[in-house]
Amino acid sequence: MSTFSKLMIPCFVLIVIIYGLKKNVMIYDAFLEGAKEGLITAFNIFPSIIAMVFAINIFLNSHILDYVFKFLQPLLTSLNLPLQILPMAFVRPISGTASLAIMNDIFNNFGPDSFIGRLASTIQGCTDTTIYVLALYFGRVKITNTRHALTTGLFADLIGIIASFIIVSLVF
Amino acid sequence: MINKIWAFFIGIGIVFTILMGEVNELNNTILNSASGGVKMIMDLIPVIVLWTGLMKIAEKSGLLNIISNFFRPLLKFLFPSLKKDSKALGYISSNIAANALGLGSAATPFGLKAMEEMQKENEKKDTATDAMITFLVLNTSGVTLIPTTVIALRMMYKSHNPEEIIATAIIATLCSSIAGLTLDYFRRRKRK
Repeated sequence: MSTFSKLMIPCFVLIVIIYGLKKNVMIYDAFLEGAKEGLITAFNIFPSIIAMVFAINIFLNSHILDYVFKFLQPLLTSLNLPLQILPMAFVRPISGTASLAIMNDIFNNFGPDSFIGRLASTIQGCTDTTIYVLALYFGRVKITNTRHALTTGLFADLIGIIASFIIVSLVF
Repeated sequence: MINKIWAFFIGIGIVFTILMGEVNELNNTILNSASGGVKMIMDLIPVIVLWTGLMKIAEKSGLLNIISNFFRPLLKFLFPSLKKDSKALGYISSNIAANALGLGSAATPFGLKAMEEMQKENEKKDTATDAMITFLVLNTSGVTLIPTTVIALRMMYKSHNPEEIIATAIIATLCSSIAGLTLDYFRRRKRK
């Protein structure tokens, strides 16, 4: 399984390059053009990352979650859930940056190869910023009646989080 | 929405820290968190730039189109209300392909075009169509094959095997996508 995972990125890169050559694409120029667009994208998300890291740090460093989750601890332990994953699952649908910042924090405290580090990585990889995406896409075509889109999207995220927990417990 | 969350985090954080009497720590946090943000983006920039560069090659060589065609039979099944030659199908495929490769920012332009095409076929302009909801459920349940950002962060923290979460993420994604699409299917039918 890990060999498969490891080979995926190198193979994809190789296929992109070879296919580009075969179709006579100026691959180096194309890469530079795309990379420049990527730099602009990165530049655009720069302010929001700083804004979110700022807010998240203040929130997390107040240790309020420790108190809240200490209060909930008996319930969580009986379900065998790691405490630190809840804040991430909680902000994931609203802001990718905020949940990334929390995952960053989890890696910092527990390491990426801990159970909670792997769980956080899997949840981050399998869910999306549902509320933000809906606002962006429906906003673009001016739709106000979104019917069952939001609840169905959030339901899928919840199932993804539960599935991540089960799968990570089983695999590692 | 983001406004309220941001205010909530900062407001609760500051008030609670002051109540706990740790004002010195609070000052440190406020002054240092910006540099934490800069460090994070500086580590992410190389990955974003590398992938958008590679995908530009894939786009120009037509590889992205091939990936799109690969999804076409599945899309016909998922979007019965769209016409067979609907332009929206092409954009939906490209969006899913870009998302699958972990290129959220590259996927967004395709997704917005797909919404515009579906809106052209919409009779009630202020109400979401079945196809739009199915598309968004599919999109937000995260059809990610290579979660590039997560892998980049794992590398940054010196994981022994940064890519090991690819397989678990794919299985979890399948679960959430199938659950979302199933619920969407039943709620769509219930209405008729």
